[in-house]
Amino acid sequence: MQVPAHVEYEKAGSVEHALALLARYGQEARILAGGHSLIPMMKLRLVQPAVLIDINGLTDLCYINVNADELRIGSLTRHAQLLNSALAGQHFTILHDAERVIADPIVRNWGTIGGSLCQADPSEDLSAAFAALKGTMIIRGPDGGREVSARAFHTGPYETVIGAAELLTEIRLPIKPGGGSAYHKVKRRAGDWPVGAAGAALWLQDGAITDVGIGLTAVGATHFAAAEAEDYLRRRPATEETFAAAGEIAADSCRPTSDQRGPADYKRHLARELTIRALRSAAIRAGDQNGQGVSAWSQQPRGGPPK
Amino acid sequence: MKVTVTVNGTEHVREVEPRLLLIHFLRDELRLTGTHWGCDTSNCGACIVWLDEVPVKSCTVLAAMADGHNITTVEGLARDGELDPVQRGFAECHGLQCGFCTPGMMMTARWLLDQNPDPTEAEIREAISGQICRCTGYENIVRSIQWAARIGGGSNSQP
Repeated sequence: MQVPAHVEYEKAGSVEHALALLARYGQEARILAGGHSLIPMMKLRLVQPAVLIDINGLTDLCYINVNADELRIGSLTRHAQLLNSALAGQHFTILHDAERVIADPIVRNWGTIGGSLCQADPSEDLSAAFAALKGTMIIRGPDGGREVSARAFHTGPYETVIGAAELLTEIRLPIKPGGGSAYHKVKRRAGDWPVGAAGAALWLQDGAITDVGIGLTAVGATHFAAAEAEDYLRRRPATEETFAAAGEIAADSCRPTSDQRGPADYKRHLARELTIRALRSAAIRAGDQNGQGVSAWSQQPRGGPPK
Repeated sequence: MKVTVTVNGTEHVREVEPRLLLIHFLRDELRLTGTHWGCDTSNCGACIVWLDEVPVKSCTVLAAMADGHNITTVEGLARDGELDPVQRGFAECHGLQCGFCTPGMMMTARWLLDQNPDPTEAEIREAISGQICRCTGYENIVRSIQWAARIGGGSNSQP
């Protein structure tokens, strides 16, 4: 039988209340959102907070909207809400691709976006998606708010920049026209963590790549990103040849480790192949966004507004 | 701490430890043993109950998190002695062998059919993809849910 160790419990009634509780308890406290990572960790005594601060009542942190050319996602938004959000899918198909393969439908009902990010598991899917989309994390603390790039948010496995008295409140994703995005994941069975996964976001103009983001997870990529592969692709044409080269660069930049999910060389192979597939899917979708046929995505000029 | 939880329409007030899991609150405090305690790691889905309107894995939710909320367990599926179409489907189509996964399967099935009254086989399999039947009786579980969908109607409706 697995039960957490003795713990005190506080229910936050507002963001300000949660911050006051964090300020009072400091390192002794952990924020309890969906709890689908924290509670299993507590059962295994991998973490033993003295106090849980339950933020599930903060429904004002459950939202997905567009504001100032950004998609904004409240940190307490459940995975199922993101998967079911037409608005999120309309701007960033990668988010629906990723959510469809995160855990299972029941876990997605209660697990939260902010909780997944703050858990900072090195195999977490949305960390790669948000790295590809070059998102920004909004963090509230005793001295007000601060913004941190998605690529600076994680400081290591299970570690983030969030201080003991701080709370992640929102994720912002910049919306730019002419883009497409996709996420490809290989896992051992339904609901599992990835053996390897890659996400790509691509913006095209006249067949050339104006901007690109590549996210990788579970393969030891620095900040869940393949920055060198992005540098290579920028201003190059979107073709099978350039994607293949970018896949090689992405694979070379990873530091996968062998574990029960697979050997390191297989994971490196996945980093290469899944990067190529994600770029290919993203380019097709960018072409569709630009009002072009699927087969013409690499040649045609940019067309009308995004659908 | 004191928690007030409405389970299957009945309000319960209990003094509990904050670390008490919802599954143990239901089984040990309220003696509602229809919900099964399985893998303890949110993998198997035997412990699925509804927290307000959505199914959750109650081995990974604290009783404290259910304070002030409505919980629906398998005991709440039947009304006035009339089995839910999902329960009848499991009986008609041999949807259970040992029965351990059954309460969780039925809670997910009822939720699925409330959202999507005419699901495809793929949609049914996706809905129960976070649940394990150790008897590997998935074929008949899918058939049972299809039977309930054919009979139609929402929760506790008369066929």
